[in-house]
Amino acid sequence: MSEITDFTLAEARDAVRAKKVSSTELTKAFVGAIEKARSLNAFVTETPERALEMAAASDARIAKGEGRPLEGLPLAIKDLFCTKGVRTTAGSNILNNFVPPYESTVSQNLWDAGAVLLGKTNMDEFAMGSSNETSHFKPVISPWRARNSNQSLVPGGSSGGSASAVAANLCLGATGTDTGGSIRQPAAVTGTVGLKPTYGRCSRWGIVAFASSLDQAGPMACSVRDCAILMRHMASVDPKDSTSVDVPVPDYEATLENGVKGLRVGIPKEYRIDGAPPEIDAMWAKGAEWLKAQGAEIVDVSLPHTKYALPAYYIVAPAEASSNLARYDGVRFGHRAKDVRDITDLYEKSRAEGFGAEVRRRILIGTYVLSAGYYDAYYTRAQKIRALILRDFTEAFEKCDVLLTPATPGPAFALGSKSSDPVAMYLNDVFTVTVNLAGLPGLAVPAGLTGDGLPLGLQIIGKAFDEATVLRAGRSVELASGFTAKPQPWWRAA
Amino acid sequence: MSKLIKGETGEWEVVIGLEVHAQILSNSKLFSGASTEFGAEPNSQVSFIDAGMPGMLPVINKKCVEQAVRTGLGLKAQINLTSVFDRKNYFYPDLPQGYQISQYKNPIVGEGEVFIDMPGDETVRVGIERLHMEQDAGKSLHDQHADYSYVDLNRSGIALMEIVTRPDMRSSEEAAAFLRKLRAIVRYLGTCDGNMDEGSMRADVNVSVRKPGAELGTRCEIKNVNSMRFIAQAVEYEARRQIEVIEGGGKIRQETRLFDNRAGETRPMRSKEEAHDYRYFPDPDLLPLVLDAAWVEAIKASLPELPDEKKARFVKDYGVSSYDAGVLVAERELADYYEALAQGVDAKVAANWLNNEILGRLNRDGRSIADCPVSAQANNSIIRMMADGTISGKIAKDLLDIVWSEGGDPKALVESRGLKQVTDTGAIEKAVDAVIAANPDKVEEVKAKPKLSAWFVGQVMKRTDGKANPQVVNAILKQRLNLPDEG
Repeated sequence: MSEITDFTLAEARDAVRAKKVSSTELTKAFVGAIEKARSLNAFVTETPERALEMAAASDARIAKGEGRPLEGLPLAIKDLFCTKGVRTTAGSNILNNFVPPYESTVSQNLWDAGAVLLGKTNMDEFAMGSSNETSHFKPVISPWRARNSNQSLVPGGSSGGSASAVAANLCLGATGTDTGGSIRQPAAVTGTVGLKPTYGRCSRWGIVAFASSLDQAGPMACSVRDCAILMRHMASVDPKDSTSVDVPVPDYEATLENGVKGLRVGIPKEYRIDGAPPEIDAMWAKGAEWLKAQGAEIVDVSLPHTKYALPAYYIVAPAEASSNLARYDGVRFGHRAKDVRDITDLYEKSRAEGFGAEVRRRILIGTYVLSAGYYDAYYTRAQKIRALILRDFTEAFEKCDVLLTPATPGPAFALGSKSSDPVAMYLNDVFTVTVNLAGLPGLAVPAGLTGDGLPLGLQIIGKAFDEATVLRAGRSVELASGFTAKPQPWWRAA
Repeated sequence: MSKLIKGETGEWEVVIGLEVHAQILSNSKLFSGASTEFGAEPNSQVSFIDAGMPGMLPVINKKCVEQAVRTGLGLKAQINLTSVFDRKNYFYPDLPQGYQISQYKNPIVGEGEVFIDMPGDETVRVGIERLHMEQDAGKSLHDQHADYSYVDLNRSGIALMEIVTRPDMRSSEEAAAFLRKLRAIVRYLGTCDGNMDEGSMRADVNVSVRKPGAELGTRCEIKNVNSMRFIAQAVEYEARRQIEVIEGGGKIRQETRLFDNRAGETRPMRSKEEAHDYRYFPDPDLLPLVLDAAWVEAIKASLPELPDEKKARFVKDYGVSSYDAGVLVAERELADYYEALAQGVDAKVAANWLNNEILGRLNRDGRSIADCPVSAQANNSIIRMMADGTISGKIAKDLLDIVWSEGGDPKALVESRGLKQVTDTGAIEKAVDAVIAANPDKVEEVKAKPKLSAWFVGQVMKRTDGKANPQVVNAILKQRLNLPDEG
């Protein structure tokens, strides 16, 4: 049974343009799908009224022949993007009732292109997590289940709500943010496509900060083409973000089908890790074969400092977070503890009540590594590692144009299975953090299913600001894999 | 004048270094577009950035960078073409972000120097260690409510320059002289208004004591010293306190102390245990600040003449004393006034006129040179009339009083009010003869004591309403009374 919500974003765009379907019809269908999928807990805040208003406005524009590139296309926005007049929680109790009086640059870019807001998606608290279990608003459930199992699985994190919403066809696409893998890991384990662009490609203005030197916004959608379309309309140089970069944003969709003939694809040997399921290596090898079969040249490369990436990441990211999260003090906005004795008591209680365990853990780690006497041993060395990792990539890219790696060390895991072991949880980012540390673009694209019927993804890593080639290579993987699997909609019965 | 302080165990030397916070003159804040105007309604000049709202990012204000560079150049300091903004992390209700953006390891300005003039023609060199830019915090108001403190964020994010000196000052007078000189320099440059009352210039004072020639002692940092007078008080108090502690067998603990201007004493602010670990690290929201060398050169080329150069020129071109020149250049407005005043007249006469007549009256009226009621041009015209004998010195002062309170053109007033000096010898002879005729006894006395002729001059002036040319009066008197020339 084909439904209107089964459209890819590109299909929906073409149908709306051709007036085969109105934005209002499309939006109503998604609003309905979201209502039926509440058991997935993918949304923190649904905005059906605003969605229908925006859809009506889009239809009016289309009627006048004034449709914009994303006119009338319903999207979900990760609850880390500040949306004017719409509660923005960052998945945290401390921002439980925070309604921003401003709109993030990335979401504003999407509205300016005509897109429609369906709601704000659930996420790990302050984007800290790889399973969406750290959200104050309860975990997101993956629409995927292993074959013959009713076990709830995680959708990955931190953009788990966006991943679930895309995988379950609750929106045409969604925004995510990626600090250490928060777009690519959930995309990979939910059979969706996610792109973390080059650092500086998207403005960070209006996105609740986790780790400023690593955070980047990016699209999550059902296909590489959909990500290509969304990427173009999310990216912009922004005078309000000093770290955004003024590099022209190309029409990624236009070069998407150009193939990989003659493209040099690097296979970094350090991404073969002990203890990873054999399915991961097998999928990786298959990916290389697919690209080779389409005319790419496979090159062995080395990224020798890869093994230091995860430790360095878990110093740099918490260090920046410990400072970025200092503003949540109960004084001006957000949660404020009651019955406090003095200002210190106000800080301590507000923050203890407002932040969950993982966020507190990272604030403590970050505070520790920046402390007098420890700074050089941790923070300074981590920054040196970071420079070495970037150098590894720069040298590898002398031999190849893109890199192909696994996206995650395994498929989605059961809810609660890793939440008591932070280190096991952190290992989910092993293939993704290097890209953030080096500021490069990385794409997760579905490659196939495990024996249990769970999606696995591959990662394409590109040179800085070369998202076009990354997407083109991803499209070739997508074509070869022929991945069309969708989860059974068990949640609708619930 | 000895700078040393007498203690029970002999003489002590006080060693002073300053950390001056100077508010950068700019229309908007260091990282946001909010206004910096003083005295606005609380929390009316606060952007989302200044309030530390989620997702807000700082963007450097180029004007503030230019002002910092200008100041650095004015302090003859090294300009660092690459500098870095760091976060200084601590919690306080008037610090919305939970950190202050400052420059820690890599400030925009490095080593420089300032020369200060002390009495007795002594010049002291004060080294500048660094100048860096940072955000100001907001203001906590503890007196608005019985149970709560209020916060005003208007000041939050305003650009400050922190100027750190070497411990090169040896007395409170030198510290105050340095601050005056620094204030003059930034006001000449137009980078800070130097207004201590409004808090646009504040100083933390580092004080230690030692036996002359010994190693530097342990220093205490005194905060909240917000006037020149308080700096002197704070240094005096703190130096004596430290001497007493050491002479009493104690040791100085390095600590931050607060100056209580009502009690005139310093008190410990926080103990070592509560000392902050600011966890400085480079602000990842901001790229390193990289300056174009040509841009810095252009700023350098646009610098005005600064106090030291102006003073040297005044001594050379106007022949005024080094001391007078120092007074004249302390304020740019005063120096400009003087230069206009001295146009085409005897420079020393102009300097005396400015010091004795104009500044005296301004002082009396509580006015500054900037709102002097009589222009330099009008005064120049008075001096010219005095010089060419059109009016006497006495009349010149009267004339200034008239212009001061009533306004008007001095030349026209001399005409209309008949203030011209009488040089007509006939008229003066008449007056002299009348005085001599009326005072035969005095005539006898003056013959014995020629110095008494001044009394006759006074009488003649009186008779002529002050308009008689005193030289002519003198000459005629000498002739009539047969006085010797050197009388």
